[in-house]
Amino acid sequence: MATPATVAATPVTVQSVPKRRRLRFVANPKAAIGLVLMGIFVLLAIIGPWISPYDPSARSSALVAPPSAAHWLGTTHLGQDVLSQLLSGTRSVVEVGFLAGIVATAIALLVGVTSGYLSGAGAETLSALSNVFLVIPALPLIIIITSILPETTDFAIALVIGLTSWAWGARVLRAQTLSLRGRDYVEAARATGEKTWRIILFEIMPNLTAVIASNFIGTVIFAVTSEITLAFIGVNTSGDNWNWGTILFWAQGQQALGQGAWWWFVPAGLAIALLGTSLALLNFGIDEFVSPRLRSNGKTKVRTVDGHSVRMRVGFTPVLGHSADARPGKPIFGRKDES
Amino acid sequence: MRYFLKRIGFYALTAWAAITINFFIPRLIPGDPVQSLITRSRGQLSTEAVQSLYVLFGLDKTDGLVTQYFKYWGQLFRGDLGVSFTFFPSQVGEVIGQSLPWTLVLVGITTIIGFFIGTALGTLAGWRRGSWIDALIPVTTFLSSIPYFWLGLIAIVLLTGPDSFFPASGGYDTGVVPSWDWDFITSALQHGLLPAITILISSMSGWILSMRNMMVTVASEDYVTVAHAKGLSDARVMVKYAARNALLPNVSGFALSLGFIVGGTLLVEIVFSYPGVGYQLFQAVGTKDYPLMQGIFLIITLSVLLANFIADLAYMLLDPRTRREG
Amino acid sequence: MSDVVLDIRNLDVDYGLGDQAVHAVQDVNLRLHRGEVLGLAGESGSGKSTLAYGLTRLLPPPGVVAGGEVIYHKENGETSDLLRMTDRELRAFRWAETAIVFQGAMNSLNPVHKISVQMTDVIKAHDPGSTSRSRLDRAKEMLSLVGISADRLDSYPHQLSGGMRQRVMIGMALALDPRIVIMDEPTTALDVVIQRQILGQIIELRERLGFSVLFITHDLSLLVEFSDRIAIMYGGRIVEEAPAADIYRDSLHPYSDGLLHSFPALRGPRRELTGIPGSPPDLRAMPTGCAFHPRCPKAFEPCSTDLPVLGVPRDTPGSAAAGDPPIVNRTVACWLHPTA
Repeated sequence: MATPATVAATPVTVQSVPKRRRLRFVANPKAAIGLVLMGIFVLLAIIGPWISPYDPSARSSALVAPPSAAHWLGTTHLGQDVLSQLLSGTRSVVEVGFLAGIVATAIALLVGVTSGYLSGAGAETLSALSNVFLVIPALPLIIIITSILPETTDFAIALVIGLTSWAWGARVLRAQTLSLRGRDYVEAARATGEKTWRIILFEIMPNLTAVIASNFIGTVIFAVTSEITLAFIGVNTSGDNWNWGTILFWAQGQQALGQGAWWWFVPAGLAIALLGTSLALLNFGIDEFVSPRLRSNGKTKVRTVDGHSVRMRVGFTPVLGHSADARPGKPIFGRKDES
Repeated sequence: MRYFLKRIGFYALTAWAAITINFFIPRLIPGDPVQSLITRSRGQLSTEAVQSLYVLFGLDKTDGLVTQYFKYWGQLFRGDLGVSFTFFPSQVGEVIGQSLPWTLVLVGITTIIGFFIGTALGTLAGWRRGSWIDALIPVTTFLSSIPYFWLGLIAIVLLTGPDSFFPASGGYDTGVVPSWDWDFITSALQHGLLPAITILISSMSGWILSMRNMMVTVASEDYVTVAHAKGLSDARVMVKYAARNALLPNVSGFALSLGFIVGGTLLVEIVFSYPGVGYQLFQAVGTKDYPLMQGIFLIITLSVLLANFIADLAYMLLDPRTRREG
Repeated sequence: MSDVVLDIRNLDVDYGLGDQAVHAVQDVNLRLHRGEVLGLAGESGSGKSTLAYGLTRLLPPPGVVAGGEVIYHKENGETSDLLRMTDRELRAFRWAETAIVFQGAMNSLNPVHKISVQMTDVIKAHDPGSTSRSRLDRAKEMLSLVGISADRLDSYPHQLSGGMRQRVMIGMALALDPRIVIMDEPTTALDVVIQRQILGQIIELRERLGFSVLFITHDLSLLVEFSDRIAIMYGGRIVEEAPAADIYRDSLHPYSDGLLHSFPALRGPRRELTGIPGSPPDLRAMPTGCAFHPRCPKAFEPCSTDLPVLGVPRDTPGSAAAGDPPIVNRTVACWLHPTA
């Protein structure tokens, strides 16, 4: 199994911030954990098929066997090694997730920034378009479209997901662009006659990086979940394509639950949950990096000189030091809130 | 008023878009699966049924696209969504009509409860920073990244079995006949508990998180400081000043996330074989029952639009600034 | 001289804790007398708002009050230290004895509640036995006091203009008939005409109701016109405190002098506008000795090494060192005017 310690994989979300700030971002424990976890998955995606002990589709005579030395995660109803399926499946999951994320974020960027920066009928139409796509439930749409497609390659699925889930990002980017458009430096750039595309590229986009990154991660989470869902439902059954959802599809179909074959479906789900969590943590890291108020690292409890502890809260500034004329019997500050 | 009209206009537009998308989708199906199915079952289909299928799927090549489009609309207004292949010869409308209430009840109840509890917890977590509630956040994050259906699977493994209280599947006991009597209702409730709890756990954490973040932002607003300066009780400041304002983005977010929630609920139904619309969609995909799939998509989309609209109305009531004249 | 209503002693307010703490307010001694208007002036970052919020304990995290006392004298002679009150006592005290009019009423009113609700909930909190009728009557009374018609009670904040909102804030502040009203830049966000109107209204109300005012602003010209005494802050400390007329005609601290010469006077002799070179000190890296010395035109030897302490200057007639009983009413922290 892969060793977590050797992860030095480049983070996928590339932020163009100065080195000191970037370090501070990673210093946030949530972001760091998220980064490490995601790095592991990316690593597995790359080397998964090579380090799998068996060919995931290869059958064997050990049917629905519990974990053993030969099969660390047991086998399926066809004797296939669950561990190998899991490892090879990682590549498909990660690929589709990131591809869909890229497609969706690209569209969101295009639509969002354009409709936010420009004004007039075109912008209004774009905005209405993104709202429409936002409200229409994505999953049923994806299910229907993919079930119609003649062949369901990873690429096709990633495309479908990307083309239906860009709306949220577009809306967020539009709102941000709108507020940035009114800023002084943008006004100054326009006044000096700088070309529109230059303004968008050099004045506005750099300030959107955090939002873009956060949105990208969110889309990847959604894409991964959707892809696995599709596989689970049985839409994605072309060829030797193993992804975690497919594992669950077979597990469900073969009544793994009924047979008590926990090793069949628990690891796949755990993997999904872990990947999702790592991405969510990364997202938190970005959130807290951008708005320091949300950070919860930092002392909220204060010790006063006479040993009481007072909590920092809005509306009641704590008082340190000690009273020069403390009346006996009357408690000094530091007593817990009486409300 | 203007806000209200704008919203209505928007929903009308989206409904139109959804119906139009629905119109185009089957025309993208390569090959002619519908035609072949019709031919096979020709003898059993009434002429009207055949005609409606033709309109739905654009099989009548003599009509131009625009004519087809208008015929499609006409048909929809009559409530005719075609005939289902799997539940032959029932109309799609009928079939959906049977499963829709199940989904509505499941989604409706869990969403509302989840929203309220999640918002309440989020309020507390955001108000008292550094308290134990705040420490729950990583846990809820983890829970919210677990896909609904996997949580359902785990729940089934852990909590069901021959002796347990929770049934592993179905909407009601197989021996019971659906009717409005006590037996049925209790059986339905019993079967609905586990799916509901699964959805609840997964969706609540989202609300908790976003409410908490908003509370933190709002707590530093001037009017909250004023409220404290006025000597109002902590509870009052938290609820009437902070939460009341922090709630607003959540309400509009609620509307938007409905689409996502619906998706998750579909999956839970599948896992639990719960007889709702999601389970039906699952079956339809398996049997390539295109009319049914289309019909379900349409109904789901329109319901989500309606729910969105209601949420928008709620937002209008909550934020007086939307009632700004002009 | 009327009695003291608020006695601030050795107040220290920091942002943050331990080594990282930024000392925003240091060793402030200030006294507010009954019925007087005390102006507090200084540039941004001088600590005047921090002082106001700190003494009422409304400073948001990471603010902490690091030391000192804030003694409030009730009319019946009882005293209590604000910094040592329990939360419940503080809540009862707030608004009933001391009210604050905040800067920029844009965001100071809750956008989702009507004005009537916001004006009456504070009455209800302090007087649970009151009827809703009596509360509404009081709210109407307050509104008419500030010149707003009663039908505005049903409006939401966004339906009022900036000037009206500020007046609502003032009316709200007076609802419980407090003895002290702290005003933090109450007119800075408004245009000059409205500014004058509102200030005039405040003075008139003060004469009618008899409360004291702590008026915080960076605009010294306003203070000279409207306040009885003025205290000037620099770098978190009070550097001079004197009756308004004395500050205007005969200020002792070079900083006060600089401030006075930073705005033109409409009446009186023409003066040259000089301003003050340099910029306010970074609170995390304060100069040694007197904080003002890098910018002071009159700095000399002790200024860069020794910190001058606020006290009565020896050369004032009636100061202790001159031998007469002290009838002094001004203090300064400057080596040019060594203290007793």
